[in-house]
Amino acid sequence: MSKIELRAAPHVHAPRSVENIMFNVVLALMPICIFSVWQYGLSSAVLIVTVTATCLATERFFSKASGKGNTLADWSATITGLLLALTLPPSFPLWMGAVAGFAAIALGKALFGGLGFNPFNPALVGRAFVQAAFPSTIASFVPAFAQQRFTSFVPSTWTAPLMIPTDNTGWIKDAAVDAFTGATPLGRWKFENFTYTTHDFLSGAVTASAGETSAILILLCGGYLALRKFMDWRIPVAVVGSAALLAWILHLAVPGRYPEPLFVVLSGGLMLGAVFMATDMATSPVTPLGIWIYGALIGVLTVVIRYFGGLTEGVMYAILIANAASPLIEQFTQPRAYGTAKTDTAGGAK
Amino acid sequence: MILDFLFKPSFERGVHPPQFKETGRTPIRRMPFASRYTLPLSQSVGRAAKPIVTVGQEVLRGQPIAETAGYVSVPLHSPVTGIVEDIGLHPTLSGEWQESIVIRAFEGASQEVLYGDPVDVDALTPEQIINAVQATGMVGLGGAAFPTHAKLAAPKEWPIEHLLVNGCECEPFLTADHRMMVEWPQHLITGTKFAMKACGAKRALIGVEDNKPDAIAAIEKVLPDDGSITVHAVKTKYPQGAAEMLVKALLGREVPAGARSYQIGVVMQNVGTLAELGRLIPRGQGFIERVVTIAGPGVSKPGNYLVPIGTPLRFVLEQAGAPRDAVEVILGGPMMGAAIASLDVPVTKAISGILVFDRSAMQKERGKTHPCIKCGECVNVCPKGLNPSTLGMLAAKREYDLMAERYHLDGCFECGCCSYVCPSNIPLVQQFRVAKEIVRERQAA
Ligand code: SF4
Ligand code: SF4
Repeated sequence: MSKIELRAAPHVHAPRSVENIMFNVVLALMPICIFSVWQYGLSSAVLIVTVTATCLATERFFSKASGKGNTLADWSATITGLLLALTLPPSFPLWMGAVAGFAAIALGKALFGGLGFNPFNPALVGRAFVQAAFPSTIASFVPAFAQQRFTSFVPSTWTAPLMIPTDNTGWIKDAAVDAFTGATPLGRWKFENFTYTTHDFLSGAVTASAGETSAILILLCGGYLALRKFMDWRIPVAVVGSAALLAWILHLAVPGRYPEPLFVVLSGGLMLGAVFMATDMATSPVTPLGIWIYGALIGVLTVVIRYFGGLTEGVMYAILIANAASPLIEQFTQPRAYGTAKTDTAGGAK
Repeated sequence: MILDFLFKPSFERGVHPPQFKETGRTPIRRMPFASRYTLPLSQSVGRAAKPIVTVGQEVLRGQPIAETAGYVSVPLHSPVTGIVEDIGLHPTLSGEWQESIVIRAFEGASQEVLYGDPVDVDALTPEQIINAVQATGMVGLGGAAFPTHAKLAAPKEWPIEHLLVNGCECEPFLTADHRMMVEWPQHLITGTKFAMKACGAKRALIGVEDNKPDAIAAIEKVLPDDGSITVHAVKTKYPQGAAEMLVKALLGREVPAGARSYQIGVVMQNVGTLAELGRLIPRGQGFIERVVTIAGPGVSKPGNYLVPIGTPLRFVLEQAGAPRDAVEVILGGPMMGAAIASLDVPVTKAISGILVFDRSAMQKERGKTHPCIKCGECVNVCPKGLNPSTLGMLAAKREYDLMAERYHLDGCFECGCCSYVCPSNIPLVQQFRVAKEIVRERQAA
């Protein structure tokens, strides 16, 4: 007993660590990335790699500049990169993807002090940035399961930096996919009043951003995270539940005007957003009641933006708004301390 | 009731650390006698005892060697037959040097307990029981080290309804209470009756975590027929053995923030304390040795040992087979126990366990510290319903007054659940301990 070490209690620790949580989220995102590559081929693969690599490089640069050492090992920048890539259309030019990746980490995370200090989900900050910068490119799609997807890239993928995207019309014609319209299901519903079947969504046979197409796969991957307690299941349940409930009420209230709740839940980025983005720990509340309110807010806002706003897709803004509201929600939903009356909330009430 | 089986009474939140309670299966053993014993005069909350022996005096095992110095104070008895070698300053567990009596054991002495003054317990009045409890030198054996007699004598304006007997032993590794319940259930019931009479409680509820079915069965066999004492299985969950949590589990009530449990008519005692009282009071003996769990990856002979008070820690660890490269020694359980800096200190009355971690076990526990990622896990587990995430962020900004005024800092009882789960390895409890200290100082100023 030559050397005795003094440490403060507790002397044991639960097995969960930041690295461990984040790595498992990366693992859970893998099947979704693979599915996206299977649907869209080479272009999707290089987009995912480019966006993620940019995120990692940006993270490395800022962590070094701020003297934090290497923060890549916590896997959080990898998650941002993968998630961001999955919200972009597969034909998105690589240079724009790199801009998105840089914006996500630089503006969404490093600016606020890095991991844990960011008020907004960095992936969504990156996505919002390119949405504003390249509004038409981010809304143009190519068909899924095109014949030549594993032999040739979508032309726009290799667009030279700072150039407008190369035309994809010829490539889409070669794809020989029936009835490709270039519009997302939400767009077609909003402007043509056309709705897809549930089967189309569940199998991924619709036009969408890379990772927004297979609800089943997202549910499975999210289920894995929830079961192993790497993700708070209450958030996706609250998001999807409130969106479906509001959609159902509107569907019944104004017959023929609004689609079925299931369409609302399965279309666009709602599933991916609910399972992988709304659950970002740093940007969601820590209080149990706050978590439910935050999730419900996202669900309701999504439907409101889709139905009554000028945009076809509302998940991204819904989550960003809820991120902003999160500290406030937390203030008013402090847990009841043992031995105190119910009404004595710690934060806001005084 | 079938629902009882499914939903064992418990408290909200909490954690489930791995148990490591293998020592609970083997009987209590007696530790061999050391050659020298050091007894600090202050081993509990309250005033230090006053020596009544002189250097060079021969003492018998069990003989009083220091008397009480006021009401919140307990006497001291010699753990061995031997000679008083010194009365002076010696190092203690806290790191401080304290006035202590050193006794050298006579080699070859049989060390049978000789000193005692049997009493007719049935004739005792509540006051006499309280005096008898004080005379044993008993303190709370669960770790709090509050003089037992003072806790039994609640202020008269608060009538006591329930005596809660705490047999949870929710800390990992520790099994001393478990063994005492299994081996000395009769003493436990006797002690419980004394305590009921002393504090005026009509009912006593013994709460035992459901990972100790043998203890529950042993107690059930000796319960009195009148139904005044009952034993209850509560959920195995840390910190079930914290007083506030057990009150919630057994009575479904909460102790109001800032209040003492006697203000809701409750007195709580540890099972070990009452079992010892049940053994000592009828014989009129003093408390001179206690059951200590010695365990952890760093000892080769783990188990529960009957260790005389004042035994040098180094001797105890040698007997339990601790290797030379053991690097962390913890007194108490791994969730709340304190690591100690020196082995040249004696075992005192309040030590329930000694845990030894070697290097390999420690390296596994170490993780990198990150900023709070707001995972909310600490909020999900805090048994006191606090928000350790926010408290931690305020502590980092030194907003101590805000922590106290708005976020119930004083409600934190330092159970360590939040630090235990924090994936960012933030030393939350430590921060709260410091914050509480600073707030206390500011308020005093
Ligand atoms: S140490 Fe304090 S804040 Fe942390 S879980 Fe325990 S009571 Fe709650
Ligand atoms: S457990 Fe740690 S990382 Fe998670 S919210 Fe609490 S303090 Fe933050």
